[in-house]
Amino acid sequence: MKERIVLRVFAKPLIPLILLFALYVQFHGDYGPGGGFQAGVIFGAALIFYALVFGLEKAQKVAPPTFLQSLTALGLLLYAGTGIASLVLGGNFLDYSVLADDAVHGQHLGILLIELGVGTTVASVIVLIFFSFAGQKQT
Amino acid sequence: MNLIAGLFNYWVVIFLMMAGFYNVIARGNLIKKLIGLNIFQTSVFLLYISMGKKEGGTAPIVAGADAVYSNPLPHVLILTAIVVGVATTAVGLALVMRIKEAYGSIEEDEIHQRDGEA
Amino acid sequence: MEAHLPVLLIVVPLLAAPLCVLLRHRTLTWILALLAAWTVLGMSVVVLLRVLDTGFISYALGGWAAPWGIELRIDVVNAYVLVLVALIGATVLLYAPASIAAEIPREQHYLFYTAYLLSFTGLLGITATGDAFNLFVFLEISSISSYALISLGRDRRALMASYQYLIMGTIGATFILIGVGLLYMMTGTLNMADLAVRLGPVLHTRTALVAFAFLGVGMSLKLALFPLHAWLPNAYCYAPSVVTAFLAATATKVSIYVFLRFVFTIFGADFAFAQMHLQTIIVPLSLIAIFITSSVAIFQTNIKRMLAYSSLAQIGYIMLGIGLVSETGLTAAIVHLFNHALMKGALFLALGGVALRLGSVELEDMRGLGKRMPATSFAFVLGGLSLIGVPLTVGFISKWYLVLAALEQGWWPLAALVLLGSLLAFIYIWRVVEVLYFQPPPTDAPRNEAPLSMQIPMWLLLAAVVYFGASASLTAGIARKAAILLLGGAL
Repeated sequence: MKERIVLRVFAKPLIPLILLFALYVQFHGDYGPGGGFQAGVIFGAALIFYALVFGLEKAQKVAPPTFLQSLTALGLLLYAGTGIASLVLGGNFLDYSVLADDAVHGQHLGILLIELGVGTTVASVIVLIFFSFAGQKQT
Repeated sequence: MNLIAGLFNYWVVIFLMMAGFYNVIARGNLIKKLIGLNIFQTSVFLLYISMGKKEGGTAPIVAGADAVYSNPLPHVLILTAIVVGVATTAVGLALVMRIKEAYGSIEEDEIHQRDGEA
Repeated sequence: MEAHLPVLLIVVPLLAAPLCVLLRHRTLTWILALLAAWTVLGMSVVVLLRVLDTGFISYALGGWAAPWGIELRIDVVNAYVLVLVALIGATVLLYAPASIAAEIPREQHYLFYTAYLLSFTGLLGITATGDAFNLFVFLEISSISSYALISLGRDRRALMASYQYLIMGTIGATFILIGVGLLYMMTGTLNMADLAVRLGPVLHTRTALVAFAFLGVGMSLKLALFPLHAWLPNAYCYAPSVVTAFLAATATKVSIYVFLRFVFTIFGADFAFAQMHLQTIIVPLSLIAIFITSSVAIFQTNIKRMLAYSSLAQIGYIMLGIGLVSETGLTAAIVHLFNHALMKGALFLALGGVALRLGSVELEDMRGLGKRMPATSFAFVLGGLSLIGVPLTVGFISKWYLVLAALEQGWWPLAALVLLGSLLAFIYIWRVVEVLYFQPPPTDAPRNEAPLSMQIPMWLLLAAVVYFGASASLTAGIARKAAILLLGGAL
């Protein structure tokens, strides 16, 4: 029980910092190493850390598996939707230049959106995988 | 000497590739096979990334006007390949968990034995 | 909109898959998947007609022109395979609800359709793309969803079969990745058309030779050429019937297309065959594949496994046609690619009906089935006749072209061996026919035919088998155009 207290005390301030760092990595992919996949994994890791320290039931209350499943689908839809939006606006599939008034802003917006989609899907998939493995009965 | 030191990265790639491949073929434990597969894939990542490095090149993020950049394309390819590797490992591990539930063991010969008895 | 057809082919099932996850309802997801698959079928036919007219379609993803951007490049060869994959994907989906109702738990049906759509997307992407790395990505998408689909089988051996397929498939795909990386190292490009041009001057370097070797082995693993076929019998045998029908008719065919693309378009026929002696490797291996696997098929009691071994033999025939490196040989290979998908798809669909009604696909349980399930048994006989190569079925067309190609080169023994392979097919098909019709049923069970929703797709494919067997000008004509294109090395 003593070790648990140390872990809990450390986890409480650390997990929000990890989540914040994940958001930082997500949106700074153009300026430094980062992007959707890396951010998604860090975000997922924060939630898994929470599950490891505070228990699976609490973690599943924070992030219910059905909600995570829907998030997975929504991330992929965001990615493909950005591509379809470029199709509708006149360019080719995933041609970001047509998404805004000038090409550079369009590229920026496009990359931001698809990386957001990727990050969402990856984070929810990583946490879902952990939940389905951790939820197994001890054999 | 240049054969070893100059091509150092390729020696590492080959060593990891063969180590991973050997693990996949020779081990009977299903998890060890997956780990071998991961090592094998990691060697391929190293191959790609080391091919992208240019002498004196820095990270491929726009810095000054006359900076020398490493080739960014292999980096992107490897990110994709890493994600593919993660997905494969995830599916593999899920399969191993189901196999453990169904057979009670994750050693290949024990599983074949239990199939033979059934 | 018509300009965007190449990418819509891939995007429509890709969009339908997460929508299936959100919908979560058994029947609604099936309807959504059906809509997506039939839309893709229509689009692929339009693309084929367009390509037969204009030569090839090129589509730049993201607006970035090739070779800097990823290009989707569709010529006669891929348009043919696209129509095939779309046809099988759409037809098998009609069959799915009744079949998986018996084999997969109800709560997981929407996930089944999701995985099916993702595998479908991957296969379409492999066929449509003109970028080598993009091919690897789609290859992995289709493979990973296939591993998940195969593991859904009822028998617990499906899990081990899926695991074995995962290990071997990932090794194959990683070899392909290594090959593509080495090619990139030598040429600086990943676009297939550009690779073909830039690879010419560096083909003699050791890197290019090693790349060829890695690619060859990787692709052979994926298309299950003997002796790298060990994953196939188990995977086909223990997977759910729908999955077997879908994968048997599409996955290996698309891998054969990848082989054609790399060997003929990127490396070029004279490098591959004259310098690297690919013929000396492929022809013996295909002959061994045909004979050993057909012989093993004769001794199987599980009919799904028997058909799996028969598939291995048919892949041997296709590779034999490729190994002959002549226009007729390649035509034989490409037309057999199409025909085999039709025949095997129909046969596995028929077996799925048997599995639904009997609960087993063992030979002894099928005694006297001709009386209890007359339509399904007749369907099996028709498919079997096509496997043997009886005239008026597509199997005859393929065998005809193959023998013609062998005789053109003066290789009489080869033609004789192909006919001998047909004799082996006759033996294993007759085994089943004899049990179906000439043995009394175990109990006096009443007529219990497979449901209509399962019969219609089966008869659709069999109608195609007979139609394209009687009038092969369409399929063989397109195959011949594709063969000429490939041998010319042009894109």
